[in-house]
Amino acid sequence: MGKMSGAEAILECLKLEGVEIIFGLPGGVLLPLYDAIYDSDIRHILVRHEQAAAHAADGYARATGRVGVCLATSGPGATNLVTGIATAYMDSVPMVAMTGQVPTNLIGKDAFQEADITGITMPVTKHSYLVKDAKDIPRIFREAFYIARTGRPGPVLIDLPRDVTVNELDFKYPEINLPGYNPNLKVHNLQIKRAAAALMEADRPVLYVGGGVKYSDGHRELVELAEKIKAPVTTTLMGIGCFPEDHPLSLGMLGMHGTTYANYAVQEADAILAVGARFDDRVTGKIASFAPQAKIIHVDVDPAEIGKNVRVDIPVVGDAKSALAELAKAVEEKPWSPWNDKVAGWKNDHPLGYRKDGGTIKPQAVLETICKLCPDAVIVTEVGQNQMWAAQFFTHKDPKRFISSGGLGTMGYGFPAAIGAKLGCPDAEVFDIAGDGSFQMNIQELATAVINDVAVKVIVLNNGVLGMVRQWQDLFFDKRFSNTTLTRVPDFVKVAEAYGALGLRAEKPSEVEGVLKKAIDSERPTVVDVIISPDEKVSPMVPAGASLSEILELEA
Amino acid sequence: MRMLHTIALIVENRPGVLIRIAGLFSRRGFNIDSLTVGATDNPDYSRMTITVDGDDVVLEQVSKQLNKLVNVIRVSELHPDESVERELAMIKVAARKEDRSEIMQIVSVFRAKIIDVSPRSLIIEVTGSQDKVEAMVRLLRQFGIKEMARTGKVSMVRGTRVVGP
Repeated sequence: MGKMSGAEAILECLKLEGVEIIFGLPGGVLLPLYDAIYDSDIRHILVRHEQAAAHAADGYARATGRVGVCLATSGPGATNLVTGIATAYMDSVPMVAMTGQVPTNLIGKDAFQEADITGITMPVTKHSYLVKDAKDIPRIFREAFYIARTGRPGPVLIDLPRDVTVNELDFKYPEINLPGYNPNLKVHNLQIKRAAAALMEADRPVLYVGGGVKYSDGHRELVELAEKIKAPVTTTLMGIGCFPEDHPLSLGMLGMHGTTYANYAVQEADAILAVGARFDDRVTGKIASFAPQAKIIHVDVDPAEIGKNVRVDIPVVGDAKSALAELAKAVEEKPWSPWNDKVAGWKNDHPLGYRKDGGTIKPQAVLETICKLCPDAVIVTEVGQNQMWAAQFFTHKDPKRFISSGGLGTMGYGFPAAIGAKLGCPDAEVFDIAGDGSFQMNIQELATAVINDVAVKVIVLNNGVLGMVRQWQDLFFDKRFSNTTLTRVPDFVKVAEAYGALGLRAEKPSEVEGVLKKAIDSERPTVVDVIISPDEKVSPMVPAGASLSEILELEA
Repeated sequence: MRMLHTIALIVENRPGVLIRIAGLFSRRGFNIDSLTVGATDNPDYSRMTITVDGDDVVLEQVSKQLNKLVNVIRVSELHPDESVERELAMIKVAARKEDRSEIMQIVSVFRAKIIDVSPRSLIIEVTGSQDKVEAMVRLLRQFGIKEMARTGKVSMVRGTRVVGP
């Protein structure tokens, strides 16, 4: 391909990897790279804060299944990416984060805008590179994209010193040669046989599935297996959408704010098939009393997840989709059982619900209305009560249409992630289900949305407080509301208008549907300020450190 | 009670690999008892010997997490019954005239070497199992150990099995 500059080589690599869009913000050391971007076909979305670049790349990746790409300058630009990289790492999102770096001869000299970003991000990246020679660019980019998207996906960081982007190289895209990286995708036949036998023997099986099923695109195989053996299916927050929630075998989400019936089912199960899930503390509650009677079968592409948090009886290392397909083949059809009846009884006795009286807008009803008006919407969430209501009161059916920061729980994630998701799926209706606290953490991205015509709809469930923390203060800290009151500042309608977005407000239950319809009809970025009570709670709830069977149904 | 396990790692010989491994131990709360690094016959790879303190569950997590690092080529547990282990120590010991002959006797019993002599001190080089080094250190303590440098353990499987890239 002949000689080219490092910057040109970087763009050539991105093209070869099929990258269509990158999210970033320039800076001094990135000038040569941004100069090359000026002539490139790759779309660059200029954000207003680098954190949003990382979240937008993450949202794009989760909505499309492709590798998200973000770019920030050295020093503060790079450190601003860290929260977004950590968010992607915790939720296994394929991402390549590029950072500018001071010239190689200044590294280690505390130069202007120097930060050791490979060092800072080491615990939150799947792998990272500091490029020291322009000729390594093609190899490093090829490896980075390969590592980011294969096996258990994750973020890979590439640190690019300024001189490396200027120096010339002979471009050749090399074959991958990574002797230390062998993602273990192929499932072991014998383990599948053992797992299938355990499922056949079980009288009270439960399938517990997480984000791994989403990333491996294994949701169809999951439905096939569940239907064949009539096993109820519960998902983690990350697994939402992998199993249609209107299916008779669906238990919805389990864990701290999961459904009562999912938690009861797990506690009573005699076999649990965990697929692409990692027994997080928010899922298991008190680990010693988690699923006490169950034989545990654990399928994961990452061997290190197996046996990390709970003892596993039958480990199956490999890709979730192939494991589910093999299992569906290996099991035999089972009839509807007394166990199914028992679970159906719990579903009937303990449905997700809320009090419908009173003159205030119920956030749960807002979600139900969105679901009614727009059942195929992509639901992106912020973090806190808004996130849990979005998980609970929208009937999710598509694995790529629920996007939320699960592992890290990053407030401020939702809005930029929604921008990324909308750019990846321009034909989908994309909502950011927000709280007034979270939305304010990246509210400046209204500019990005407006200028680039990204018509996401932000639904601010505005309770004027940091609702989830306040809920805990209410329940466990004697209603001492220390520093959780935000006092309904600012006026979100005016903020939206100031940025050139559409601002709407609903203050009474009767206004909700009309305002939501207006928002859906809007072709501009739209902020809907929905006034709710600060006393709204997320229910049910397993208190921290309690067992799943001690789930409380709160007055909500 | 301490439960020590020895792990041999073959890693890519690149900058930053040591910090990735050390960082993994610290953030996952694993305890390193000793760590050594050195070249292998192939300049692209280094070999590390890490002694980990923890039970079998910890050891399994350590191995699996190490295996996830892209620069780690191979992780192998070395069982003490099936491998030979050595450590080298240099011990600078106070050596008054009246103690010298006794020190030299100890050195000879342990098949150690005196590699530096000065009017008031000796440097002793001892190689052997960790137990042997410990025993020697205990015996020399009565004379006054002024300084000690130990390499940490290196280990290799007996017989034809090879831990290599």
